[in-house]
Amino acid sequence: MLRYTEEHEWLKLEEDIATIGITGHAATLLGDVVFVQLPEVGAALAKGDGAAVVESVKAASDVYAPLAGEVVEINQAIVDDPGIVNADPQGAGWFYKLRLKDAKAVDGLMDEAAYKKLIE
Amino acid sequence: MTSDEGLKHTPLHALHVELDARMVPFTGYEMPVQYKLGVLKEHLHTRTAAGLFDVSHMGHIAVRAKSGEARDAAQVLERIVPVDILGLAPGRLRYAFFTNARGGILDDVMVANCGDHFLIVVNAACKAADEAHLRAQLGNVCNVERLDRALIALQGPKAEAVLAILAPECSKMRFMDMRTLTLMGTDCMVARSGYTGEDGFEISTRADIAREIAEELLANVDVAPIGLGARDSLRLEAGLCLYGSDIDERTTPVEAGLSWAIQKVRRRGGARAGGFPGAEIILDQLEHGGPRRRVGLRPEGRAPVRAGAPLYTEMDAIAPVGSVTSGGFGPSLDAPIAMGYLPAALSAPGTRVFAELRGKRLPVTVATLPFIVPKYKRN
Repeated sequence: MLRYTEEHEWLKLEEDIATIGITGHAATLLGDVVFVQLPEVGAALAKGDGAAVVESVKAASDVYAPLAGEVVEINQAIVDDPGIVNADPQGAGWFYKLRLKDAKAVDGLMDEAAYKKLIE
Repeated sequence: MTSDEGLKHTPLHALHVELDARMVPFTGYEMPVQYKLGVLKEHLHTRTAAGLFDVSHMGHIAVRAKSGEARDAAQVLERIVPVDILGLAPGRLRYAFFTNARGGILDDVMVANCGDHFLIVVNAACKAADEAHLRAQLGNVCNVERLDRALIALQGPKAEAVLAILAPECSKMRFMDMRTLTLMGTDCMVARSGYTGEDGFEISTRADIAREIAEELLANVDVAPIGLGARDSLRLEAGLCLYGSDIDERTTPVEAGLSWAIQKVRRRGGARAGGFPGAEIILDQLEHGGPRRRVGLRPEGRAPVRAGAPLYTEMDAIAPVGSVTSGGFGPSLDAPIAMGYLPAALSAPGTRVFAELRGKRLPVTVATLPFIVPKYKRN
């Protein structure tokens, strides 16, 4: 199940684990990503906490936790090669995996149709 | 021209939009920050081929002596800049700055000797203040006139070959030469100068033919349009100051590492020493050094350190000793780079300090400026 936030993040939910990244729209707006800072595995995040930082040549942007949970895995590949975020934002360019505190909370997020409408 | 939001348009605005540029407000203008290539590729394209920049937001001010003698204009210009203007030959360009009584910098500018007058190219944000300053300081001797012209920069190792197709004489020009060249049937003022660290040209044209010239240059496969994003990363790698960030009314030329722009003739012991605002302070600092110094900074790791980041001597020091004034990612170095101010005692290359980034202290090392080897055509 794929869900989106107004902060231009996507979440792919498998049971109570959400894989989280930034949308293609966000990656295009940011431009060439040159640096990514990810949360630590084991970190407990509340909804809205700063989870990651992405920097383009020009500016830094925060990526906020869309829901509460515990970080269970991070994508070291995008730290080593930030260009992956631009090349494949909704695939190989995922950021981190979050074990959701409340898996039902995803119901409050947008589906693909609603997100597409938002960025139109 | 002005848009709905009150932002001004340069003569190339419609072309930027047609080229799918992302337009942003910048010093009162709607300007392209990047095109389809994106900042990273635009930067690298300029370093390997040629980039075309619209810098028409900058101001052109002509200073003409009422007597008709260019020498009279040069003489009074020396009252407001610590630079040798009387010794600036016709057809030559020089970097200069207007100073204030405290030795600070009101604006950094390019001054060209156009034979019968001087052309001063000033920063967009300072246009009105500079014009008023020139009128107030030189108005009794000179006519000061703002010119409505477009300015196109063509920068990079292939800039000469590209421009030579339109005007073969450009190949004879050296760094900081200025000539009248005929481009597409119209006379343009062309300088061999720029803001990227590359060889290249800055073409001052009549506003109504700017688009035609830009399109002709862009038709060359080696030329890509380059936005303000890459312009900033290119100038940062080249160690060039951005007015309002790296230099301002509170920084002196000596602190800013711009002493090279103050020729011997204007220093103590020179034939025309002093005689400009803040001379005592600036000339003292030229002899004994300033209390602080603009330095290059190389952060450890991959995280860019941006303008405003405080600098500390130690991981746990309480008070900062300086700050970053420009910082980001240097695509040609594939690493973060920055500039900032540190006390003179901490300004030697190799000195290690700490920048605060998102609440953490990150080691940064003072580095020699520029970060790249400039390719100016000096000979």
